[in-house]
Amino acid sequence: MLRFRSFQICKRTLATHPTPKQQELMARGLPKRAPLPGVTDIVVVASGKGGVGKSTISTQLALALRESGFKVGLLDIDLCGPSVPYLLGLEQSDVYQCDEGWVPIYADENKTLAVMSIAFLLKSRNDPVIWRGPKKTMMIRQFLTDVKWDELDYLIIDTPPGTSDEHITVMECMRDVKCDGAVMVTTPQGVALDDVRKELTFCRKTGVHVLGIVENMSGFVCPHCSNCTNIFSSDGGVELAKRSGVPHLGTLPIDPRLNVLIGTTRSVLTELPESNTAQIFKSIVKQITNGDIVNAVKD
Amino acid sequence: MEPEPENCPGVGTENAGKSSACAGCPNQRICSDPNTKIVDPGKELVAKSMSEVKQKLLVLSGKGGVGKSTMVTLLSRYMARAYPDLNFGVLDIDICGPSQPRMLGVEGENVHQSGSGWSPVGVDDNLCLMSIGFLLGSTDDAIIWRGPKKNSMIRQFLSEVDWGALDLLILDTPPGTSDEHLSVISYLHDDNSSDTLRAIIVTTPQEVSLLDVRKEINFCKKQKIPILGVVENMSTFRCGHCGTESEIFPAKTGGVGAMCAEMEVPYLGALPLDPQVTKACDNGDDITNMKNVTTDALGDICQKIYRCF
Repeated sequence: MLRFRSFQICKRTLATHPTPKQQELMARGLPKRAPLPGVTDIVVVASGKGGVGKSTISTQLALALRESGFKVGLLDIDLCGPSVPYLLGLEQSDVYQCDEGWVPIYADENKTLAVMSIAFLLKSRNDPVIWRGPKKTMMIRQFLTDVKWDELDYLIIDTPPGTSDEHITVMECMRDVKCDGAVMVTTPQGVALDDVRKELTFCRKTGVHVLGIVENMSGFVCPHCSNCTNIFSSDGGVELAKRSGVPHLGTLPIDPRLNVLIGTTRSVLTELPESNTAQIFKSIVKQITNGDIVNAVKD
Repeated sequence: MEPEPENCPGVGTENAGKSSACAGCPNQRICSDPNTKIVDPGKELVAKSMSEVKQKLLVLSGKGGVGKSTMVTLLSRYMARAYPDLNFGVLDIDICGPSQPRMLGVEGENVHQSGSGWSPVGVDDNLCLMSIGFLLGSTDDAIIWRGPKKNSMIRQFLSEVDWGALDLLILDTPPGTSDEHLSVISYLHDDNSSDTLRAIIVTTPQEVSLLDVRKEINFCKKQKIPILGVVENMSTFRCGHCGTESEIFPAKTGGVGAMCAEMEVPYLGALPLDPQVTKACDNGDDITNMKNVTTDALGDICQKIYRCF
C-alpha cells in the first residue's frame, strides 16, 4: 500500500514539476539504436523505372568493390521482387539468428561479401510478399538495425522502382549515417528517363547526393554480324546527366556474355577484364572510393 | 479514424485486433469484434461510379520494365481500332512512374473537371485515359507518397472519374504485390461476379523476371483474380542488319512456356523485341498504322484476349 502511494506521488510530481535531472533524462527521449554502427560508407542504387538493371549493377558493383579489397555488404530492399540472391546464386541459403541479430549470408569464407534479402526469409521462392507500406517499412528498419553487418567498408543498397515507402524509409534511416550517395541506373528510352527524372527530384528533395547516372542496355551488338543496334534508342542517359548537372558514369551495352555471371559471385572485372563493362565498373569503383566526382569516363 | 500502428496485422485479417501491436490501438475493439464487418465506404462509391464499366482487365507483372505499359498501350490501341463500336478506357495506377500519357501520345494534356467528376483524356474516338501524369506540373515532379496516400488517389481515380459507359477498362499497374495492387483489387473485386475483374501477366523470358512473375501469379491466386494468360515480351531480337534472330534475354530455365505449364496458366503468345515498336511507344505514335511481324503477333494475342470476354 505504501509502495503504491509513493508511486502515485512520484507520478504526480513528475507530471507537474520534473526535477532538472528528470528533465534532462526526458529530453534524451527513448533510447535510439543507431543503424549500421560499423559501416563506413553507403551507396544506394536506384532508378524510378523497373527492369533497367539496378540489381545487376548492384551485385556487380559489390563484387567489383570486393575485388578492390574492400569488405562489402549488399542489402536488397526490394521486398516484392528480390533478385539479388538469384543473381549471386545464394537462393538456398538460410538466415540465422544470433544474440546481436540476424547474421547475413556470406558469399565466401573470408566474409568479404555479406548479403541480406527478404528472399532468404521466404519458405518457397514462389511465395509472394503481399504487404502494404507500414509492414514494408518495419522490415527495412529491421534490415538496417537488426542485421549484424559487422565492420563494412561499403554497404550497397539495391532498391525497388518508384519513390515510395521503401525509399522514404531508407532515406529517413540514412539521416544519422554517412551516405556516400546514389547511383542512378537508366536505359536510354524516353519512358525510362521520365521516371529517372522523378527519382532525381526525390534525391534532391531528400538531400541525397547523386554520384552519377549509368546508362544501361545501350545498344546490342549482334553476335552474328557485329552490327550494333540501339534497341532502346541511345544517349538518353548522357543527355539527362548533362541537363540535370549530374556526372555521367558510363554507358553499358547489352552484353550476352554477362549472362554467364548470373548465379555466381564472380566479378566482371576478373571474368571479362577486357570488356567495356569491366572498364566502366572500374571507373565507378574509382569514383566511389576516391570520392572525386570528376567526369572520369568521357567516352 | 486514427492511423494504424506500425506493425498492424491489417484490418480484416485473421489476427486483426489480436496481435501484440493491437494493444493500445484505438481501433482494436472494432477490429477484434467478429460481428462488425468493416466495409470501406469507398467501395460503395467505386461500385456506383463504375456501374456502367462492364469488364476490367489488370495488366500485371511482378517485375518492372518488362513491358506492362507497352502491352497496355498496344492492347488498347489495337482493340480500339479493331472494335470501333466498343468503348475502351485505360487507367494508369502506377503512381510513382506513370508512362501511359507519353506512350499513348497525350503527354501534356489536361484533365477537366465537370459536374460528374474528372473527365478522362480522350486518345481516340473510343479510347480514353486517366493517369496521375496529367496532374503533375512537370515530368521532373516526383510523387513521394507512402501507401495510404497512393491508396486514396487510386480510390479517387475509380470513384471520381467520369468513366461513362465502357466495355473494357484496362488497368496498368506498377511492379510488385503491394499497396496499389491490394487497393485496386479491394475496390474492384466483386465476390458475386468474379469474371468482371481479370488479369493478364507480362514477362520476359529470363529467370530473374520469371522469379518475380511466379510470385505475381500466386498473388492472383490468393486474391482470387482469374488469369487470362501470360504474354512473353522481348522474346527474341531480329537484327535489322543481317536478319538473324538472337535471344537477348536467354531463358535458362525453360522459359515462359515451361513456367506456364508449371503454374497452370495459359500461354498467350510471344512478342519480339522490336526497335520500331519501342520508338513508336517513346513518341506516342499509333502502332496500328504499322505492319510487321510484331504487329501480327500482337493481333493474335489481342484476339485471344478479346475472345475471353
